[in-house]
Amino acid sequence: MSWFQRLKDGLQKTSEKISDQLKETFTARKIDDEVLESLEEILIQSDLGLKTSMDLVEKLRKTKLIFPDDKPAHEVVKAFLQEELVKQLEGAEEPLVFAPEEGQLLRVVLLVGVNGSGKTTTAGKLGAKAQAQGLKVGYGACDTFRMAAVEQLQEWAYRIDVPCYTLPQGSDPGAAAHRAVLQAAEDGLDVLFLDTAGRLQNKSHLMSELEKIYRVVGKALPGAPHEVLLVLDGTVGQNALSQVSAFQDVCEVTGLVVTKLDGTAKGGMILPLYTETNLPIKAIGVGEKIKDLDRFDAKAYTAGLLGIE
Amino acid sequence: MFENLSQRLTKIFDGLRHRGSLSEDDVRTAMREVRVALLEADVALPVVKDIIKDITTEAIGKEVLESITPGQQVIKIVHDHLVKLLGGEAQALTLQATPPVVIYMVGLQGAGKTTTAAKLALYLKEKQGKSVYMASTDIYRPAAREQLAQWGTQIDVPTLPIEAASKPLDIVKAGYKEAKLSGADVYIVDTAGRLHIDQDMMDEVKSLEKAVPGTEILLTADALTGQDAVNVATHFQEHLKLTGIILTRMDGDSRGGAALSMASVTGCPVKFSGTGETVDGFEVFHPDRVANRILGMGDVVTLVEKAAASIDEEEAKKMAQQMQSGTFTLDMMKAQLEKMSSMGGLGSMMNLIPGLGKMQDQLSQAGVDDKMVAKQIAIICSMTKKEKVYPKVLNGSRKKRIAAGSGTSVMEVNRLLKQFRDMETMMKRMKKMGKKGMMMQHLKDLFMPGPK
Repeated sequence: MSWFQRLKDGLQKTSEKISDQLKETFTARKIDDEVLESLEEILIQSDLGLKTSMDLVEKLRKTKLIFPDDKPAHEVVKAFLQEELVKQLEGAEEPLVFAPEEGQLLRVVLLVGVNGSGKTTTAGKLGAKAQAQGLKVGYGACDTFRMAAVEQLQEWAYRIDVPCYTLPQGSDPGAAAHRAVLQAAEDGLDVLFLDTAGRLQNKSHLMSELEKIYRVVGKALPGAPHEVLLVLDGTVGQNALSQVSAFQDVCEVTGLVVTKLDGTAKGGMILPLYTETNLPIKAIGVGEKIKDLDRFDAKAYTAGLLGIE
Repeated sequence: MFENLSQRLTKIFDGLRHRGSLSEDDVRTAMREVRVALLEADVALPVVKDIIKDITTEAIGKEVLESITPGQQVIKIVHDHLVKLLGGEAQALTLQATPPVVIYMVGLQGAGKTTTAAKLALYLKEKQGKSVYMASTDIYRPAAREQLAQWGTQIDVPTLPIEAASKPLDIVKAGYKEAKLSGADVYIVDTAGRLHIDQDMMDEVKSLEKAVPGTEILLTADALTGQDAVNVATHFQEHLKLTGIILTRMDGDSRGGAALSMASVTGCPVKFSGTGETVDGFEVFHPDRVANRILGMGDVVTLVEKAAASIDEEEAKKMAQQMQSGTFTLDMMKAQLEKMSSMGGLGSMMNLIPGLGKMQDQLSQAGVDDKMVAKQIAIICSMTKKEKVYPKVLNGSRKKRIAAGSGTSVMEVNRLLKQFRDMETMMKRMKKMGKKGMMMQHLKDLFMPGPK
């Protein structure tokens, strides 16, 4: 099955509902206030946020859509919306690079995010993917706070038979990161995935802890981390923006990973997020298997979101 | 937690507050704003529509009541409605069943079930004197069962020994047997995280509950959830007869509309909220207080409780005596500042005080925030013992030294000293006045430093 198909399957629940609603909304071949209002509601329910939804509706209002006889009205509207959304997502697709660049000794990928967004699982999956590319992979478990977080990552390491560097629970996470980077470099690895503890973005002491981890990694290996991925739960609502900007304040986030999009969550916040921050979406997760975490494709994503065949 | 929503509603109703009567237009204008505020707070759209519809009808209908201002009337209607949606009174767990009473923790991946299970266990053990037994049926996520076992060790609650090959159904039964044998009052089952649309996984948890029926089935949900909260809650409710909701990450800065959405579509009360990284970050959910906070009406009860929890009684007595005697030293000021940060900082306290919630923006623009408190503490720490007792000796060069030592400027040192003198004067005045009204005035002065 192609990635495109899997993505569509994953987002199917989402799109079915939107698609039905759109069909219902656009039975008439004209656009009046009532239709626009229900369209706005559909968009809001996809977590696009009030502003993005209202802007899109406003655009539709101002555009003279032509409804050809041989095409259902809702498809015309969907096509228009998709075009708009894809336009807004221009530049958001950016593949993940695992291999060290020319002159790089070791590529360090740091995973950050709030609690429960799926950092450890994402680290595990990314490691398996990098290994499949023929790279020498390792993990660094810097979540020395949460119970059994280290064991969770060790289990991933065990499955693909790669090293997992860590320090005992309760140790300073900065120290754990430092050690992992040095050890990985010494062991001649190609890429190291550093998993950090989940932290709510309004906890200043935890955010300064992350700042320290980020700094320490740079000291252990100049130029590192080469990639800082902010892992976002796809079910999150308007709080996503606050998360991103707070994490950006303490480290240089290079991209987003949006997980758990296989439920009924629509992950619509990707749009306002991208418009606001311009951070590329480096991967999205639509299932539990390793292959279900893959690159973000704006066209496939918007098609899935709107229920376009 | 709900500060943004409360700020918004306060602004909206401030407009109403100054008017004599409430027309249908007024209500509709206010409701448009309420809609925006609720949506931005991640309350799910269907729920928002219901709320708006109900409140509009109610607000317009009750227009004739003249005893209070129309604005207050609307606030009251909105407030009562939100309280009702959130579950009315604070709801306790049902523990009147043959022991061990079985409690299931269910929810999506990453909602915080395992941590919450441990928090709940500790709560039952410490606050209600129950003996608790725990088991995890999460054989899927790596190290999930170890996570619960480690919690068990930390909070001294027994957990079912882990056997690698066990199936969830075996685990839940074995756990029940063990819980019964050990004479436990409560048996908490931590289940694997599952998507609400994953039929196999939903069937699994149903079969567990069939084998070992639960008295309480608690949906653990993330307070950061967006519009999807409705779908999640509805699906879980369809498959399992949920008895309550526990909202985690209530200490985040999300507006927490998920609380309203979930409670409203399931008809289940939110029973607890998780508020922190540590195992004691767990409290009974108080719909009334939360609704108060949403409306910017302050939550004095929580403030008092927080204060009581963070102030050592002996220390407080000593301080009160000193204050009564009219002496006030820089050390005492420092102690107060530290108390304030330990209570969650300015922001969290201001949200709890009626009318101060909406001032937060202005204050942070004026540079009054938690950082300032930290700086002030640093300034006092950089003084010598003598300086703290006799601040009069502080001359230019001493001030320069203190500024350098605390990483601040002489200006900031001066500002602190002025604030100190104001407080000292106040203390002296208070001694004459007696104790009454001390705390409120004091708080206000702390928040509004600078020229009067």
